[in-house]
Amino acid sequence: MKKHDVILIVVILVIAGGWFGYMQMSGNGDAGTVVVTVDGEVYGEYDLTKDQTVSIHDTNVLTIKDKTADMTEADCPDKLCVHQKAISRDGESIICLPNKVVVSVVSGQAREYDAVVK
Amino acid sequence: MKNKVAYFGVFVALALIFSYVESLIPIQIGVPGIKLGLANLIVVIALYKMGVKEAYLLSVTRVILAGFIFGSMFSILYSLAGGLLSLTVMALLRRTGKFSVIGVSVAGGVFHNVGQLIVAALVVETFQVGYYFPVLMVAGIITGIVIGILSNEMLKRLRDIQLS
Repeated sequence: MKKHDVILIVVILVIAGGWFGYMQMSGNGDAGTVVVTVDGEVYGEYDLTKDQTVSIHDTNVLTIKDKTADMTEADCPDKLCVHQKAISRDGESIICLPNKVVVSVVSGQAREYDAVVK
Repeated sequence: MKNKVAYFGVFVALALIFSYVESLIPIQIGVPGIKLGLANLIVVIALYKMGVKEAYLLSVTRVILAGFIFGSMFSILYSLAGGLLSLTVMALLRRTGKFSVIGVSVAGGVFHNVGQLIVAALVVETFQVGYYFPVLMVAGIITGIVIGILSNEMLKRLRDIQLS
C-alpha cells in the first residue's frame, strides 16, 4: 500500500461518515406516515401509528406494526426487500427493485430538537 | 501479441467462473446486496496486464454473459453501470501512477457500488436510496482492499507473462 492509497481510503471513509451523519441528523422525526410508490407513482399513504396490513398490487405485502413498517411478502425471487429491516424514521425506505415498489417514511410533523443549549 | 484472442477467451472464462462461484456462495454481511465482486479481480488483472481497452471489453462481455446466465435484464443494467463507472475510475487512477493496485481496486469497489446505486435511484425514481450510500461505500472499501491484495499477489506471480 502506498501513501496515496491510505489517503484515498480515508477520504472515502470521511465522505461516507459525513453522509451517514447527515442522514442521521436529517432523519430524526417522530412516527409519521409511510408513502408507497409504484413505478414512481404514489400508490397510497398509510399512518404509521395504526397497525395494518397493506397489499400492494398483489405483488408485495407491507405490514405496519408498533410504529414500524416492514415488507413481509414479495413475489420477486431475491426477496431483498423482505430481508430489509423494518423502517420507522423519517427518510428511511424499503425498496423492491423488481416490482419498482418504494416504501418510505415521511414524518408528519416538523423535526423537533432533542435539546437546545444556550 | 499473437495469442491475444486466446488469452482474452481465458480471461472471460475466468471472470464467468468467478461470477458463478460468487452466485453459489452469497456472502451476507447483514446488509442485502453486498458481495465480494470476485470477477472484479479479473478486470483489475486485465487492466494491468492487457490495457484499458481490453479491460473495458472484458468487463462488458462478462456482465452481459453473466447477466444472461445468472441474472436478469435488471441485473445486467446495474452491473453494467457499476462495472463501467468503476473501470473508468480505476483506469484514471492507474494513469496517475500514484496509487498501488490496492488503492485502484478500492476506488473500483466503491464506484462499482455507487454506479449501481445511481441506476437504482433512476429506476425507482427516488433518491431515498441515499440512505444506502455510506453503507455501500464502506463495503466497497472492504471488498476493494481484499480484491486489491489478491490482485497484487496475482500480478506478482504473473510478472513474467507478457500479455500486452
